[in-house]
Amino acid sequence: MKLRYGWPALALVVLTMPGAAPAAAAGAAAEPRRTGFEDMSPALQAMQRDETQNPAMLWVREGEALWVRPAANGRSCSGCHAGAAAPGGSLGGVATRYPRFDATRQRPLTLPARIDQCRQQHQQAAPQGADGPELLALAAALAWASRGQPLAPDPDPRLDTWQQRGQALFRQRLGQLNLACSHCHEQRAGLRLGGALIPQAHPTGVPTYRLEWQGPGSLQRRLRSCLVGVRADPFAPGADEALALEVYLARRAAGLALEGAAVRP
Amino acid sequence: MARSLIHLPANPRRGEVVEIRVTLAHAMETGYRPDSEGRLQPRNIVTQFSCHFEGQPVFEAQLYPAIAANPYLAFSWRVAGSGSLSFRWEGDNGFVQAETVAVQAT
Repeated sequence: MKLRYGWPALALVVLTMPGAAPAAAAGAAAEPRRTGFEDMSPALQAMQRDETQNPAMLWVREGEALWVRPAANGRSCSGCHAGAAAPGGSLGGVATRYPRFDATRQRPLTLPARIDQCRQQHQQAAPQGADGPELLALAAALAWASRGQPLAPDPDPRLDTWQQRGQALFRQRLGQLNLACSHCHEQRAGLRLGGALIPQAHPTGVPTYRLEWQGPGSLQRRLRSCLVGVRADPFAPGADEALALEVYLARRAAGLALEGAAVRP
Repeated sequence: MARSLIHLPANPRRGEVVEIRVTLAHAMETGYRPDSEGRLQPRNIVTQFSCHFEGQPVFEAQLYPAIAANPYLAFSWRVAGSGSLSFRWEGDNGFVQAETVAVQAT
């Protein structure tokens, strides 16, 4: 079960894909919107719901411990951000509001990038990227603190061009298989790709513990794994394309509840 | 950075049968997977788990390479009284993780 890319049936799907597929609604995602959680098997849903079985809780608890642990220079996250990363604490809901517009760098800022920046500035920590172990743990703890709250990404109009770019990318054919995100995640959402049900690709459960990865990963890692699936060159870490897609996906999923410690197949 | 989650009912009754659930953060590298350079990654798994109550064995398990990362185990225990439950995982490369949980039986 330690396959890196478990998509053997993808090529078959392509052969059966009609040239002129039914046009999905332009702009917003198809209604009713369904999260990946709703389309999982009952066994996996139970695994996610039950804190005593959910492996993502390892990262949540680690993140909560990291939150209050002073770094080498003696400063901890909780030192500045008073109020623990507990639900109802001052940080409940923070994870729902990303990506935000970063006025100093004039570009979108995702939650992992925000944590990374904060750690570099105030704790003199080395940059980790979205899939660094400490970043995953902290992001998991923050997502857990906001679980159940509706996604409310930054409505800043300066993000609109990023959203449009992301939307264009979502519909742009990519890779040797010549598939756009929308081909699977809009036109064929709810159908099957091999044994797996195709979700609508709403980022309600990031960071995600994927059984296929046997560990947690960021949304950027999820995007990379989709790109590899259609045999495209993955975006570089932190590339503009990935950021634009994250902005678009977050706005497309606005209003859906954040899951906290999410498990996916 | 080893971590574990241990769950059991907060105040079990003496004589009651309770379920204990434990999860350990561990990569459980099988020894059969190549890395990005094509070289086999050396095996690094947890091989042994044991749970004792005041020195008396409660549960023991041997783990093998086919077990997924972050192994989860659940087992039953008849509450013998108040005391401490000790959990111990051992694995390759001298890996040891030990945890103790106090049980307050009513």
